[in-house]
Amino acid sequence: MSAPVTTPNLQSLQENREDSGAWWQAAPLSIVFVLFFLLPLVLILMVSFWNFNEYELLPDFTFKNYVTIFEGCGNTSEMCVTFKTYVSTFKFCFLVWLITLVIGFTVSYFVAFHVRSPNVQTLLFVLCTIPFWTSNVIRMISWVPLLGRNGLINQGLVGLGLVDHPVEWLLFSDFSVVLAFVHLYTMFMIVPIFNSMMRIDRSLIEAASDSGASGWQTLWNVIVPLSRTGIVIGSIFVITIVMGDFVTVGVMGGQQIASIGKIIQVQTSYIQFPLAAANAVILLTLVLMIIWGLTRLVDIRKEL
Amino acid sequence: MNRDNRSGSFWLLSAFFALFVIFMYGPMLVIVVLSFQGPEGGLTFPVRGLSLHWFYKLADGLGVVDIGAALKRSLGLGFAVMAFTVVLSVLAGLAFRKKLAGGNALFYVVVASLIMPSIIVSLGIGLEFRLLDTGLKKLLELLGMTDALENYGSALGLFTSALGAHLTWTLPFGLLIMFAVFNRFNPAYEEAARDLGATPWQSFRYVVLPLIAPSIVGIGMFGFTLSWDEIARTSQAIGDVNTLPLELQGLTTTVTTPSIYALGTVTTVVSFVVLGAAMSLAALLNRRKAAAGRR
Repeated sequence: MSAPVTTPNLQSLQENREDSGAWWQAAPLSIVFVLFFLLPLVLILMVSFWNFNEYELLPDFTFKNYVTIFEGCGNTSEMCVTFKTYVSTFKFCFLVWLITLVIGFTVSYFVAFHVRSPNVQTLLFVLCTIPFWTSNVIRMISWVPLLGRNGLINQGLVGLGLVDHPVEWLLFSDFSVVLAFVHLYTMFMIVPIFNSMMRIDRSLIEAASDSGASGWQTLWNVIVPLSRTGIVIGSIFVITIVMGDFVTVGVMGGQQIASIGKIIQVQTSYIQFPLAAANAVILLTLVLMIIWGLTRLVDIRKEL
Repeated sequence: MNRDNRSGSFWLLSAFFALFVIFMYGPMLVIVVLSFQGPEGGLTFPVRGLSLHWFYKLADGLGVVDIGAALKRSLGLGFAVMAFTVVLSVLAGLAFRKKLAGGNALFYVVVASLIMPSIIVSLGIGLEFRLLDTGLKKLLELLGMTDALENYGSALGLFTSALGAHLTWTLPFGLLIMFAVFNRFNPAYEEAARDLGATPWQSFRYVVLPLIAPSIVGIGMFGFTLSWDEIARTSQAIGDVNTLPLELQGLTTTVTTPSIYALGTVTTVVSFVVLGAAMSLAALLNRRKAAAGRR
């Protein structure tokens, strides 16, 4: 290469080469998401308009599946199954969101602002996240010896004479479902909220107290607004998990409580893919609306 | 905030934190204890006897479920997911440092995959592979390859659909970790390497890689453990075979002996071994990095 090359040309050449290099590096990951994420979503949308019989899926364009899902929902005297299921799912969602937020915020606040040594901070933070690495089903089952009819809590209550008969609603109930959700997913609140809190400039706290703010005022007017991003990210995680869940509701509800995820799972196992797909489209629309509402509050990418 | 004013709330919050830790670890500890009961042990307290009885029972299999085979499948899939997660995340992480056309779109897809309800991803992949089956069978029929048609089972499987399903869950974590790493990465080291005449590969291999090695170990750990415990995304996307957590989920309604606690103890031990190994390896790499820095 003896031909003289002017500098700008060389630079643009290099940039071009880097560009295509970057593209090749990102390609394997992109292919995975196209094949196992985007394409499946497109297929769900497509098949939700298909017809089906007991043996196979029949390509079609029909709104039959959506009509089936909302059958009887015009009835004002009694709620249809679909609405009932969504009400139940939203109820879980709200309760779990509120409880994980309060616990997650309090735990993060304690570690971020009340523990002084950075080493202890790291240690306590890791302590909170370790259970995340263990099996969810095992963590659910582990409540059985405590909450069951002859479980530790009932033994204690009966032993103390507080109740005559073992309390039945502790296990395989709405209560145990919410408890398990909180047990499993508070971590998803703690990590982003703690991350946001650690970025808060400590001089702001000092300034607030120098200006005469009480502890509560500082907490509410300085720390909460500045932790907003973490709160929103944590909320998105918890809400989307609970909205689509069928494992926790199944195991902790004794397979007796309905959820949208469970309906989709059952329909899939009966090869009623078009119905399951229509349910998935409706669920996805609702979840996207919730996320859209939440993300209007923050820009996720700036937080990494 | 003076110290006296603060100590009141400090102790209150400490107590709250302690309760939270008990809430997190207490139940797990309970099943570990109950799994070591004697043969007369039951599902609840009091603890009756002390033995490895229920672990032997577990090794014999629970009902029709072959625990050993499920364990092997889960380990195999876990390591495959780990390898793919590490390689693809690091490559994509490097790509995002340069000018990447469509990088924003890709980023949003990855985040969407992370927060997408798992049942939807699972349903979609199951559907995709069933349609693929139908298409392939039609094609074989058309080509008149009757032998192949008769032998054809399904494209659904451990290292096809299930692997893909797991990657939609592990890769977002991997890529976000890479983002966090490179956001704090000082490019001066690479510039120095380039100034000294290193090729792009050399500067990656001898400069960037040693610096990000501890984080790569972390990504590997995410990949394995997330796959090891995954249920929701696998459920509709695996076909006839089952992974360990899926078997476990089925067993919750049928097994009424402490064997299931023994299984819980075993899977938890595997998780902790991987966690411990990853943390020690990361610490070792960090120490070596620090030592190299002093030289």
